[in-house]
Amino acid sequence: MSAAKEAWRLSAATLAAGVGAGDLSAAEAVASGWEGPAARWEADVHAVAHTDAAARAAGAAMAQAAGAKGALQGVPVLVKDNLCTTDYPTTCASRVLAGYRPPYDATVIRRLREAGAVVIGKGNMDEFAMGSSTEHSCYGPTRNPFDLERVPGGSSGGPAAAVAYGLCPLGLGSDTGGSVRQPAAFCGVFGLKPTYGRMSRYGLVAFGSSLDQVGIFARHAGDVATAYSALAGPDPFDATTRRTPAPDVSRWEHGVRGLRFGWPANLWREGVEPEIVEGLEEAAASLERAGAQRVPFDFMPGGFAVATYYLVATAEASSNLARFDGVRYGFRHADSPDVRSLYTRTRSAGFGPEVQRRILLGTYALSAGYYDAYYLTAQRARTRIRREYQAAFARCDFMLLPATPTLPFRLGEKTEDPLAMYLSDIFTIGANLAGIPGLTVPAGMTPGNGRPPLPRAVQLLGPDDSEPVLLAAGRALEVHGDETRLGRRHETEFAWPMKR
Amino acid sequence: MAHEAVIGLECHIQLNTRSKMFCGCPATFGAAPNSNVCPVCLGLPGALPVSNRAAVDAAIRLGLALGCGIRRESVFARKHYFYPDMPKNFQITQYDQPLCGGGVLPVRIGEELRLFELTRVHVEEDTGKSFHPERYGDRQISRVDFNRAGVPLLELVSRPVFGEPSECAAFLQALRRLVRWLGISDGDMEKGQLRCDANVSLRPVGQEALGTKTELKNLNSIKGVEKGLTAEIARQRKVLAAGGAIEQATLLYDADHDKLAVMRTKEFAHDYRYFPEPDLPVLRVEEAWLATSRERLAELGLPWDVEVQLVRDDGLPEDQAAIVSADRDSLQCYRNLVSVGLSRKTSANVIVNVVRKYENKYDLSPAAFEQKVPWKVLAGLFLRVEQAEVTATGARGLLEEVFEKGADPTTLFVTGGTAVGGAEELLPLVLAAIEENPGPVAQYLGGKTATLGFLVGQVMKKSGGQAVPQTVRELLEVELAKRAPGA
Amino acid sequence: MSISRDDVRKIAELARLEIADDRIERVARELSAVLDYAASLSQLDLEGCEPTVFAPGDAPLREDDLDGRRLASEVALAAAPEAEHGFFLVPPIVENLNP
Ligand SMILES: [Mg+2]
Ligand SMILES: [Zn+2]
Repeated sequence: MSAAKEAWRLSAATLAAGVGAGDLSAAEAVASGWEGPAARWEADVHAVAHTDAAARAAGAAMAQAAGAKGALQGVPVLVKDNLCTTDYPTTCASRVLAGYRPPYDATVIRRLREAGAVVIGKGNMDEFAMGSSTEHSCYGPTRNPFDLERVPGGSSGGPAAAVAYGLCPLGLGSDTGGSVRQPAAFCGVFGLKPTYGRMSRYGLVAFGSSLDQVGIFARHAGDVATAYSALAGPDPFDATTRRTPAPDVSRWEHGVRGLRFGWPANLWREGVEPEIVEGLEEAAASLERAGAQRVPFDFMPGGFAVATYYLVATAEASSNLARFDGVRYGFRHADSPDVRSLYTRTRSAGFGPEVQRRILLGTYALSAGYYDAYYLTAQRARTRIRREYQAAFARCDFMLLPATPTLPFRLGEKTEDPLAMYLSDIFTIGANLAGIPGLTVPAGMTPGNGRPPLPRAVQLLGPDDSEPVLLAAGRALEVHGDETRLGRRHETEFAWPMKR
Repeated sequence: MAHEAVIGLECHIQLNTRSKMFCGCPATFGAAPNSNVCPVCLGLPGALPVSNRAAVDAAIRLGLALGCGIRRESVFARKHYFYPDMPKNFQITQYDQPLCGGGVLPVRIGEELRLFELTRVHVEEDTGKSFHPERYGDRQISRVDFNRAGVPLLELVSRPVFGEPSECAAFLQALRRLVRWLGISDGDMEKGQLRCDANVSLRPVGQEALGTKTELKNLNSIKGVEKGLTAEIARQRKVLAAGGAIEQATLLYDADHDKLAVMRTKEFAHDYRYFPEPDLPVLRVEEAWLATSRERLAELGLPWDVEVQLVRDDGLPEDQAAIVSADRDSLQCYRNLVSVGLSRKTSANVIVNVVRKYENKYDLSPAAFEQKVPWKVLAGLFLRVEQAEVTATGARGLLEEVFEKGADPTTLFVTGGTAVGGAEELLPLVLAAIEENPGPVAQYLGGKTATLGFLVGQVMKKSGGQAVPQTVRELLEVELAKRAPGA
Repeated sequence: MSISRDDVRKIAELARLEIADDRIERVARELSAVLDYAASLSQLDLEGCEPTVFAPGDAPLREDDLDGRRLASEVALAAAPEAEHGFFLVPPIVENLNP
């Protein structure tokens, strides 16, 4: 029985094998996370926005009854609150969707269930995925499990933190400008943003339609691969998915011998914290030890991507969020005597300040007279940015770069300065604009020196459909790392009590 | 100073596809409110559109029929405005890169064939329906039904090429005929399957530049279009005559009271914030798709071409040619009748005076008519008329029996109504007629042969219209010859 | 500052958001900061760069068939703030502003 109690420590693959073999039940697999880590840490971290025991039990029973040996048999998964689920509310952490229960499952949720996984609840997030700290949630902030004074990153902070502290081995988020890779970095877990068009967006509440991709959190590279195989691929309900089957990532342990990795050192010459640069150097060394070759070159500074992103993403958001009007679902302002006030009062009271700020910005970028100067220019800049990446990938198989310019920052540190907050996505945004995949790989912890050690991470970017390469490289860093640093795995990380 | 009107039309054609434009809900009507809906057409969070091939195919068919250029890569766009019956608060439509560009609709007005130029035809989605405010407890509310939301529409925009409301009416009739002909819509304005907005402006005769235009909405019948436009042109004339200026505005036409109401003025003009729909890929129409559409259209032919052929090759009068080519069923029936040896003239007459007459009188669909009187049976009857076995009057009587008394035509049309043909039956009537009309007889014998017609008529009367005039004529001549002086 | 207080009022109106007068100044400043930053794009050479139209575009069109996603009307109305007899209820729509 104690084996079942410790099940939360297992990788998704091992857990699925155990449940498949009947060593433990799906219900026990789910319970181990709640009775172990969650009991100790959830109250402080607040990673979960919605859950209830009955729905978890039903999910576990369904997985058990299915009996099939799904790749994720009995594996508990916390999914971001912007993925539609029939068994939990889906509110995007926004008042405007208070209590909303969708009548349908997102395609990725359906595929999770088909693979035998158990959805255990909805992860906290920045409202409508607009933010980089999970502070902009109508349910209050999520905190970084490694230092409760600090943010877990965002917008998918809830699932990232939950996977980090051990509630579940897998989480789903969404990545529009780094919302999976940045919190993965802050929480010390793997975070994959797939190639645009590889993960169905059907049932993912849209933010920036041409940038959004569902992403995967896990503590092991292999688990990311397993989840990707189960979820990725064409969907007749999403016309932006690619027609061809998703790339085969089953050889994630294949290694990196003979691969060339780009080293755009100009990007971190300034404005990047030293611990992060240190992590990069160590990661590059491990990749070389594993047989990969370093190809140094300069790359376009991230500032252009940030500028482009905040025009494209807000324009699309202003359109996507027009449907929240108090007519068909969600919140309606009690005092709405006419249609006009129904709209303005419902939306003004329903959306938080950051969401309103971005809706206004996007509306401006699309409005008559400014369209060419802003939205059209941004879409042209985007073409230029994609070409920059194509040129780079003509010289290497993938790029190694920071996931974030800083270590996890303190709560409230950036909420007053939107632009500063936006700039924390400077290394992740490019991939969304170009549609290419990106993987955040944990790079061990900072040396505490008095304060709690914090997770470090690096990011890998590759051309379209390079998920197999990225996961092989991520795995290489997982095992070939310097034992004292990169190689520290969760047994040790979980050993620290919640000291501040 | 004399002013002339310049009118442009914007028509919406509701397609008769099985499913909606961007989801798999039924596009049919009459279902309980909000029961033909799904996450997509309700605009639920997370739902995404996927384009319906059949709707695009219908647009291509109409585009080719109108001689439009078909864009190989056209783009869907979002058009933003808040309205309770619009689920996403934007409409998926096409903007700067529509599927079809240019084209003309040929319309016969009196003697001449006018070619009205078009700007574009594009694909878009319909809105739901919101109803007039009603009392609800101590307040007013409106009800909203989304069954219609997402039903495919084609928007067709004309250039400002109309000078007269009557031309617009003729244009709409021709458009309705075309969409029915192509089988893409029933085009019934009363049912909202064909909708029309109009832009109207006046300008001094001879001036090139257009005056300030107003937009006229809610023209939901062809009559309404004509009346509404007439009213608005009159209104603008008054304003200009009084030295005033036209204010750019959108007006609603109330057909019941023949009144115009200003709905929106310039300062409230919308800023639609169009941008390319990111959830839909560029709409690509491969060569193969175009080729097949062209072939299918070539086989089908176009109503105005067929109409010309009917006049030129079949020698039908123009008004009959128009009716016979009004829709594919009438034309098919006409061709069937001709195929079994009925003369073109008779066949056309049957379409106009029998098929159309009874379809309209009893509001029968072509299918229902065929049900009641299969075309072969109908052909049989009129072949007998042509062979003088039955008279026109006799045939009319038989049709009445079928449609009024519900008799079964199959045997009736083969045996019934046989003309009183033989001399032995007719002779008594002929002799009687001669007895009763000494005057005309004398005139005839006196050389005024025209009176023979009168006498024939008398005999026909006696036969209850069942006699064959030619036989009567011959008998009379023989009998009268006997009475000729010196006979 | 690239956005005026009037711009803010105008776009708030378009977006159906109401901003208290005492916040307009601040919003204008925040938006301007981002737009000024976005102005850096003018330094980028966009010669020969067509605007990205992103969807990969190789997904097939939908055949004209009904699918299983249709919702029963109770389900469709379940989340509505106000509904009756199969209809969504909204405040009175006084004049038809539907373009
Ligand atoms: Mg339209
Ligand atoms: Zn639907």
